[in-house]
Amino acid sequence: MSCHTSPYVSKGLLCLVQFHSVRLLGGKQLEEGVKQHYFCIEKIKMALVFLPALARMAVCGGTHGNELSGVYVVQEMERQWKEKGECAWPIPVTTVLSNPRAVKECRRYIEKDMNRCFNRATLSSPITDSSPYEVLRAHELNNLLGPKGSTDAIDLICDLHNTTANMGLTLIHYTTSDWVTLHICKYLQTKLTKVPVRVLVLDVPISDAYSLESVSKHGFSIEVGPQPHGVVRADIYTIMKEAVDLTIDWIHKFSSGMVFEGGDVEAFRFIKSVDYPRDPETRTLTAAIHPQLQDRDFCLLKRGDPLFLSFSGETVKYEEEEPLHPFFINEAAYYEKEIAFHLGKKMMLTIPSVQVQKD
Amino acid sequence: MKAVAMPTVSRVAVCGGTHGNELAGVYLVRERLKRRADGTEPVSVVTVMSNPRAVQLCVRYVETDLNRCFTRATLSAPVSETSPYEMIRSQELNALLGPKGSAQAVDLLCDLHNTTANTGLCLITYSDCDWICLHICKHLQREMASTPVRYVHFDIPLNEAYSLDSVGKHGFAMEIGPQPHSVVRSVIFSAMQEGVQLMMDWICQFNSGTLFEGGWVDVYTMVKNIDYPRDSETHVITAAVHPNLQDRDFCLLHPGDPMFLSFSGETLRYKGKEALYPFFINEGAYYEKGIALSLARKRRVEIPSVLVNKH
Repeated sequence: MSCHTSPYVSKGLLCLVQFHSVRLLGGKQLEEGVKQHYFCIEKIKMALVFLPALARMAVCGGTHGNELSGVYVVQEMERQWKEKGECAWPIPVTTVLSNPRAVKECRRYIEKDMNRCFNRATLSSPITDSSPYEVLRAHELNNLLGPKGSTDAIDLICDLHNTTANMGLTLIHYTTSDWVTLHICKYLQTKLTKVPVRVLVLDVPISDAYSLESVSKHGFSIEVGPQPHGVVRADIYTIMKEAVDLTIDWIHKFSSGMVFEGGDVEAFRFIKSVDYPRDPETRTLTAAIHPQLQDRDFCLLKRGDPLFLSFSGETVKYEEEEPLHPFFINEAAYYEKEIAFHLGKKMMLTIPSVQVQKD
Repeated sequence: MKAVAMPTVSRVAVCGGTHGNELAGVYLVRERLKRRADGTEPVSVVTVMSNPRAVQLCVRYVETDLNRCFTRATLSAPVSETSPYEMIRSQELNALLGPKGSAQAVDLLCDLHNTTANTGLCLITYSDCDWICLHICKHLQREMASTPVRYVHFDIPLNEAYSLDSVGKHGFAMEIGPQPHSVVRSVIFSAMQEGVQLMMDWICQFNSGTLFEGGWVDVYTMVKNIDYPRDSETHVITAAVHPNLQDRDFCLLHPGDPMFLSFSGETLRYKGKEALYPFFINEGAYYEKGIALSLARKRRVEIPSVLVNKH
């Protein structure tokens, strides 16, 4: 049973809903002014929701300059555009190399992680001569693809990333209530059979959302792993290219009037991060991810399961009561962010059938 | 072959962090330095963090690749404050562990490395007739059950040998993959720890007078490097290593076998006339050096029994 807030319901676009049973969230303290938006629909699958058309999407690669699949997907798409012009794809697509300087040097970033620069605070503070390169670039991208939060913002950003963690294909999004994004996720899950396709939601308010895809009206990151940074693997590139092609395919079908049937989408909600054991003085790692946890992203971690194996041979175990799902296990770029892995809770999101709204 | 008497291997160097983002060696050196010897070991071992600045920044190098700075020319060039950091450091290491080519150099230098390629454990050296190195390889092959161990040879004369391990009288790089750079994987760390321990065990046994029986070792001698297909104007790569070749280090590559898959979907094939053994397939640090993979010839090398010569 899913309980969620729906901006489409509040905007009155919900066309046909068969309420088999409706219950207010009894027994829960609700915030002032929000009560009328929260209710449970147990048979939301019967609803058909009309959504506005998606005019244009952007495919962004090289947001982190050493995550190479996205760099080469964008390169290949630019080559296709040079060859075929607007006919390259059935819908208008803008391709962007997000962080060209970092790509040139094959580094994650030059001065600051660009994928942490798109929160409202950073985007609204003035640029000076001493602003980090990535902050300047974030402002440029916000002008090009946004402004974030406005009606001029591009409809969809698909931001391409790689991870050293064994995460297969993971679609990452901010909220649980964007049905366009969730339908695309569902579509990819049914069409991509050779790789596990999972959905990760961060549950962060849009203004606090700090990554590039939050600039667009609907947006998500496509994260594919495992791949070392600074390396491009053919198999990983192919998966990412296929995911982008299928996303374009979905938008094309949606824009042409196709009805996409609703249903359940399994997703993982971020709960918290766990750091490595470190030396209290030097802060250097004293252990690595345990061999029994390494590469087991999205498994269920239970109390007593091994987490770390110290360099001197001791095992550190998971001590919490609540079983959770680890992911981003041993991501290289997260050592400096003091993250060994994230933990998440599995949940089921119910999405209605959708069709493009005809004017 | 007759048994060969060889001098004691009395001074050993274990070096890590020669590339600052190859982390198994970094953490192994840190562990060894933490558990410093009480001076009762049968072998004198010096443990060195080769490139501390690169380790701190978790990058391969700060200004120039340290592991290309040990040619005679670079070691004898005058240095000043404006010289690249790694050049200054290579001369420091040469003074500490060498001088290269002299009687004062350490007897054995083991330099720890990681690669993104699926190489298993390789001992990489400049000689195919260094019986100490070959016997150590044979010992590791015998004792390490779950890790493939191979001997890789670069046929380069000592003066032009550019890597740190060439500073010792005997030396090799102990290279273990696959591991992404800037990541430490527990099984890779353990394999490296085991490799170093087995090397030390062999040296102790050898120094104590154990006769090590001769036999055969497969030696892979580097023949050439192959670069990625690149755009003629921009020089950017236009293809990735083909899925049929990716991760298949040391599997024989035949003429006509797929090598690259272009980003637009075309397969490019190996055009050489001779079947060779590929290794360092898709090593992240080699994109800038213009190397997609290296190719080697394999041959069996007969090695004699060895015994320590205590004189």
